[in-house]
Amino acid sequence: MTAYFIQAFIYLCAAVIAVPLAKRLGLGSVLGYLIAGVVIGPIVGLVGSETNTLQHFAEFGVVMMLFLVGLELEPRMLWDMRNKLIGLGGLQIGITTAVITAAGLYFGLVWSVAFTVGLIFALSSTAIVLQTFSEKDLNKTEGGKNAFSVLLFQDIAVIPMLALIPLLALPELVEKAQSVVGQAAEHHEELSLVAGLPGWAYGITVLLAIAAVVVGGHYLSRPLFRYVASSGLREIFTATALMLVIGIAALMSLVGLSPALGTFLAGVVLANSEFRHELESNIEPFKGLLLGLFFITVGAGIDFGVLASNIDPVLGLTAGVMLVKALVLLALAFIFKIRNSDRWLFALSLAQAGEFGFVLLSYTVQNHVIPTDLAQMLSLVVALSMFLTPGLFIFFDKVILPRYEKSENKPEADEITERGTVIIAGVGRFGQMVNRFLVANKIKTVVLDQSVDQVANLRKINVKSFYGDATQPDLLHTAGIEDATMLVIAIDNNERAVELTQYIKHTYPKVMIYARAFDRGHHFELKHAGADFIVSETYHSALELGKEALIALGVHPFKAEQKKATLRELELCYKDSLYEMWKKNSEDSKYSTHFRELFIELETAISKAMKSEHLDEQARVERGWTPPPKDYEKRMNESEE
Amino acid sequence: MPEERKKILVLFAHPSQERSEVNKLLFKASQTHHDVTAIDLYREYPTFHINIDREQQRLVDHDVIIFLFPLHWYSTPAILKQWQDLVLEYGFAYGTDGTALKGKTFFCATTAGGNEKAYQHEGYNHFSIRELLYPIEQTANLTGMHYLAPFVLFSSRNASEEGRVTGHIDAFNALLTSLATSTLDLSHAASLPLLNRALMQETPETYQTR
Repeated sequence: MTAYFIQAFIYLCAAVIAVPLAKRLGLGSVLGYLIAGVVIGPIVGLVGSETNTLQHFAEFGVVMMLFLVGLELEPRMLWDMRNKLIGLGGLQIGITTAVITAAGLYFGLVWSVAFTVGLIFALSSTAIVLQTFSEKDLNKTEGGKNAFSVLLFQDIAVIPMLALIPLLALPELVEKAQSVVGQAAEHHEELSLVAGLPGWAYGITVLLAIAAVVVGGHYLSRPLFRYVASSGLREIFTATALMLVIGIAALMSLVGLSPALGTFLAGVVLANSEFRHELESNIEPFKGLLLGLFFITVGAGIDFGVLASNIDPVLGLTAGVMLVKALVLLALAFIFKIRNSDRWLFALSLAQAGEFGFVLLSYTVQNHVIPTDLAQMLSLVVALSMFLTPGLFIFFDKVILPRYEKSENKPEADEITERGTVIIAGVGRFGQMVNRFLVANKIKTVVLDQSVDQVANLRKINVKSFYGDATQPDLLHTAGIEDATMLVIAIDNNERAVELTQYIKHTYPKVMIYARAFDRGHHFELKHAGADFIVSETYHSALELGKEALIALGVHPFKAEQKKATLRELELCYKDSLYEMWKKNSEDSKYSTHFRELFIELETAISKAMKSEHLDEQARVERGWTPPPKDYEKRMNESEE
Repeated sequence: MPEERKKILVLFAHPSQERSEVNKLLFKASQTHHDVTAIDLYREYPTFHINIDREQQRLVDHDVIIFLFPLHWYSTPAILKQWQDLVLEYGFAYGTDGTALKGKTFFCATTAGGNEKAYQHEGYNHFSIRELLYPIEQTANLTGMHYLAPFVLFSSRNASEEGRVTGHIDAFNALLTSLATSTLDLSHAASLPLLNRALMQETPETYQTR
């Protein structure tokens, strides 16, 4: 136990020191983690033997990341991206694989080995690239978007690769493996459902497992989440989310598939779920930490011994692979008309091998496709290329970008399609109306509500809504508050609404806040907290009913409408001074101010205001369409004479 | 001694600006002049609840008043009529004490769907534009304003396809400038059927670019 504590402390300590330092130096968190790993591993030797075990554990960070990537990908969005996905992504994988395979054959590898190596190196690191993009705010650039399509295609392409690789097994390796299988047999059987099955049965099992994830995710997840969410316990929801991810990962491992792929698939299946944002915000922190751990272990796992004895081939291979990938990407960028600095961003960001490389390498060894010693060296190449990636980003920042910034105009204005997501917090009777109105006018909205039933009801009538507590910063984050133009606050908890306003105005000052107030006091509190527009929930309906009452009592409808407008105007006139009074009042007797007293005070102020303005007000209502005095022509003639 | 520049108020009324091909551009052009205050009435009063005090103050503060609108049924769009009904009050714009507008210059800048031939006694509209706008002209007379001929773009529905919009906007810009610098012959401009003609005399090069 003590040893575990010490190890955990060393890892965390390294991360805590190195990552902020790396970020401050502009190196990005990924390089920070990698360096931390190198320092505590090969250099200082604080950790070592357990790195391998830990790496398996840390790979879980990749698993979670792919789950989150999957969650972001609604099937419709995939469809919209199909051209870039298949065109760019397909060509990238195809050409890179072909070039590397050819190189492998040239160096005398068996074709199946060369081809597998080609496939492995065609993949790039989703973890590093996406993390770096979001840190450097490159997601919305042309280069970033295209890189994302390619990464996505790669992540999907891993599925057929996993199916293909066992077919490439080398007979001599299979023989060798079968001679040792005796010793490992019992051990293996415990952990695998598919050991010893013939090829076709294995295929069927894999398909069944995938089908279980898809069908289960689609039909069973909702009742499960509903059941859990109705308990109202946040931590249980977190537990459920973790359970789901771990369960799928376990199932996939059992059938010998990549857990990352399984969870990615589950993510896509759940992308349309109303629990999507809540799931995201629950998994996100675990992902962040485990991914960090993953990068640390990559750093710590660099075996300087193996590296030293193979320094030339490893360095040469790494440089070669990165060069080939970058050139292929650059050529594709030309073909697909990605321009200026985006072209370089696209090419440089994807030039490394990825974490799937590790996964595929161990998979190929298991399936007797690549000999172990070659695989060891190749995984060193994968690690090294990942290690060098932050360097490429720095190169891009310091060398490429300044060159283009001089000749380039300012970045293009945002496309209209990118504009204006409105997040609506709370879709009860009020938020729902707001949402319907906005959506009917083609405004993109993200709707959040804390009531499972409400969300389910809305889903029934095809209103896209998500379960979750909108006052949780991480949920707002996953709902995209950074890119939102507006947050509509229509939640029932008055204090939380004010707190939320304060938080948003403090953290995301650019986001406009349109809030619903319970009453005048709440209105002022929201205003004080910085809301841009506030409406008291019953104000306008009360005015409307008052107007209708006047009409029913015999006032001409047009006149009644005028009276209503006048009252509104008067309220508007006095709003600011009443607010100032409220502010002074609440400052004088901070917490002791009794709300009722305050309210009476405000009402007195209003009626006083109405009274003092009475003559004017009368005049205002009477003013429009006033005919001239009865004898005005006579008077005019007199003055002319 | 440099002449003091005149202050111009453009009151713009267009109820469906997403369809506007000429008036909106004229409004935008007028916004770029330092001497011009350009007001979008439908934006400011979407419920037609016009703030009379504010509008009267605006009139007092300016020397030249322009109604900018597309011709709707031989008259202004509804909000401009509403504006006249409410703002041009007895005691402010007319009546013995109603002298606030006296001496100011006033005209309409408008667009008509029909061609110029249609707006003739022989044409299908039977009246010229200037005749159709007589109620406004008389309002100007009663309030003591100096009424100029209307500034008109005919066949406005085809103007952008026929490349006539840019020239018209240039002419409008020139008009605003000459009004601000008092270089327009006002009595000549008042006597013509169309203000466009006065402008042609004033700055032939500018207007011929259309």
